[in-house]
Amino acid sequence: MNAKEIIARRVAKELKDGDVINLGIGLPTMVANYIPEDIDVLFQSENGFVGLGPAPEIGHEDKDLVNAGGQPVTAVLGAAFFDSAVSFGIIRGGHVSATVLGALQVDEKGNLANWMVPGKMVPGMGGAMDLVVGAKKVIISMTHTAKGKSKILKKCTLPLTAAGQVNMIVTEMGVMEVTDAGIVLTEMNPEFSVEDIKKVTEAELIIADDLKKMEI
Amino acid sequence: MNKIVTLEMAMEHIKDGMTVMIGGFMACGTPEKFMDALVEKGVKDLTVIANDAGFPDRGIGKLVVNKQVKRLVTSHVGLNPEVGKQMNTGEIDCELIPQGTLAERIRAGGNGLGGILTPTGVGTIVEEGKQKIELDGKVYLLEKPLRADIALVGATISDKKGNLYYNKATRNFNPLIATAADLVIIGAEKIVEVGEIDGNDVMTPALFVDYIVEV
Repeated sequence: MNAKEIIARRVAKELKDGDVINLGIGLPTMVANYIPEDIDVLFQSENGFVGLGPAPEIGHEDKDLVNAGGQPVTAVLGAAFFDSAVSFGIIRGGHVSATVLGALQVDEKGNLANWMVPGKMVPGMGGAMDLVVGAKKVIISMTHTAKGKSKILKKCTLPLTAAGQVNMIVTEMGVMEVTDAGIVLTEMNPEFSVEDIKKVTEAELIIADDLKKMEI
Repeated sequence: MNKIVTLEMAMEHIKDGMTVMIGGFMACGTPEKFMDALVEKGVKDLTVIANDAGFPDRGIGKLVVNKQVKRLVTSHVGLNPEVGKQMNTGEIDCELIPQGTLAERIRAGGNGLGGILTPTGVGTIVEEGKQKIELDGKVYLLEKPLRADIALVGATISDKKGNLYYNKATRNFNPLIATAADLVIIGAEKIVEVGEIDGNDVMTPALFVDYIVEV
């Protein structure tokens, strides 16, 4: 199983029956493939609906039905459409149970940087700043390092998406929770040791007393 | 009062240097024929307020590629590399705004509000130069209303008076911008008789609409 699949499978276990979930583009989108069959989860698409379904079969695309990346999608039975003010009212108003996003950097204070690299990449924040501020739970799903460099830092160096909003970080190495005391490693992929993880994590890692095996 | 006009008549209202709001989300719900007509007309130095910069060959992106946009007020430009290029050469001035804030600023502009208070952007570069207001222990940014000279709205169905219906995800920013411009022009895929859209299903009431073009 590759790193991305491990991460997506573990994030899927965080979702509960009745949740309204917003998934970011890329790795977070994969989470939808692993939702347990016995729970009912509604996906929100910030361009204006809840009830986001999988990609359509080729030849069955509907030009009026795309996701926030502009790609053709489907809507499930019971889907509901709205304008962008309502869509972000849902997001900012705390009506989204959790948002799953990727990150360039996360730090010990729960700060997140994922929207720009000055001088290199300035795509715009889109809906990310609102999602991170408004969702009840912010789950970062990302590979533990980028080209061997730590992405979990003492302090973010890139421009922030939001300050102090991250609740949980899921990587292929383990699961971390952001607490007032710092980042706590609560689950570990048995393929790695605590030392392995510490070696590639710049932030101070607090090891939970009841450190568990990462369930995927 | 007849609001139905030809594409050419509608485009005559758009002049160099104007501020134009354009509906749509990654070209879904953008009145594409209006984009083509503006490219052909060659109107320039526009300030465009819209959710995103579309793709280079679809939606608002066409105006950027043709260098007709002087200033872009938007939340996302990542799927149109031409914007980044023109930012580097100084040909375009791009103000990036969180998507929810952009929606609320336009809503405020059309709804007679002096601004909105949002927690989005606090502690980031978005707060630079803005008034921070603490209320009941929470910090908010004061974000001011946005208005435009023209709104170009994409609708699925318009009746002859301009009551509008948007199909599925095409709604996005369209009903918001329809409230926030001095002149509101609709690109409707279909124009029907008054009454054919049930009053319960009208998403933008005709009172907001000045001109309708069947596209």
